[in-house]
Amino acid sequence: MSPTIYLLLSALLFAIGAVGVLVRRNAIVVFMCIELMLNAVNLTLVTFSRINGSLGGQIMAFFVMVVAAAEVVVGLSIIMAIFRTRRTTSVDDANLLKY
Amino acid sequence: MSALLAAAPLTGGGEMSTGESVVFWILGPVALAGGLGMIFSRNAVHSALWLVLTMLSLGVLYMVQQAPFLGFTQIIVYTGAIMMLFVFVLMMVGRDASDSVVEVLRGQRLAAAVLGVGLGGLAVAAVAETLTTVGPVGLGPGYGPEARGNVQALGTSIFRDYLLPFELTSALLITAAVGAMVYTFAGRARRATPSQKERVVERLRGPLSGYGSRSGPGVFATADSVATPALLPDGSVAPASLSSIIEATRRERLDTDIADVRSDTGPASGVDARALTGHADGDGDRVGSTHDRLGEDESEGAR
Repeated sequence: MSPTIYLLLSALLFAIGAVGVLVRRNAIVVFMCIELMLNAVNLTLVTFSRINGSLGGQIMAFFVMVVAAAEVVVGLSIIMAIFRTRRTTSVDDANLLKY
Repeated sequence: MSALLAAAPLTGGGEMSTGESVVFWILGPVALAGGLGMIFSRNAVHSALWLVLTMLSLGVLYMVQQAPFLGFTQIIVYTGAIMMLFVFVLMMVGRDASDSVVEVLRGQRLAAAVLGVGLGGLAVAAVAETLTTVGPVGLGPGYGPEARGNVQALGTSIFRDYLLPFELTSALLITAAVGAMVYTFAGRARRATPSQKERVVERLRGPLSGYGSRSGPGVFATADSVATPALLPDGSVAPASLSSIIEATRRERLDTDIADVRSDTGPASGVDARALTGHADGDGDRVGSTHDRLGEDESEGAR
């Protein structure tokens, strides 16, 4: 069997993550859905790396992980700042930037 | 370097072995179930745990896909650090902060489901053709210079070919850490430091003014009798120095004492109540405590 079947799994995971971003209202869960999409793309990169016999995909997945870690730190602190002022994490209630 | 890479033997690993197929057909559905569980669970903590399941499955899938370094990094960084951060934030926000079921936009969930199915279908259809047409090369154990495996080749590549981006990620991480700290302390209102005058006013007139040692009776007065109240610096009577026993005594019981004090002839009884006023002898220049007068009496008696 060809390892391109991993690409199908990755496509399905990415679609699930996209649906989650559209459907969920909790900002933290939306953030987790974004992480799922990043993971799906990482799986794609690793699979491409294997198919092509080149390490470029793995290196790019590595950098995606680093950027995702930084993004999670900043994003969660933004969510916490919003939660401290609005006492909610729902994306419907965060309609003003300051208050 | 590139010549070395080109000359190095690529020892296959492109096609999936039977064991890898078994792993894939077990962990692939598990990963999908984790993603679906994350979407459909009402509780945010359950969503996080479902996502942990997906990430662990993906980590194992990386390992069987000849990317052991990324597999371990996935488990350590994603499930170990990032998901722990998610769970921490969820616990700080509150576990029962679940989603509202109210649909703000009419038909948004249905549209999202249709769009998601369409996106998945399109992506699957786009890559489905590669199932048969692509011949994978693979990154088998004989990969890299001197066939040392792809982890060593990955390290060499990161620290040689991608050194500048790697250094830039350190700047990115430091910026993210500093930004997170700034956001953490941004919500707190900065309290103004009170001036010395404000502190004194708060101590003397504020809610804490009743604490500490009070002035005793007669400290600033002309006599040290309990009946003589202490005076504040502005001349008024300090309420805290008033004796509750004397205040509670009936006026009629004090009439004789008051008459004694007002009379010039001296006490009717043995006790000289005029000591309370500080004018015991009536000439006005002997102002002092009863201790002073007692001492004078003793000296006079000795004389």
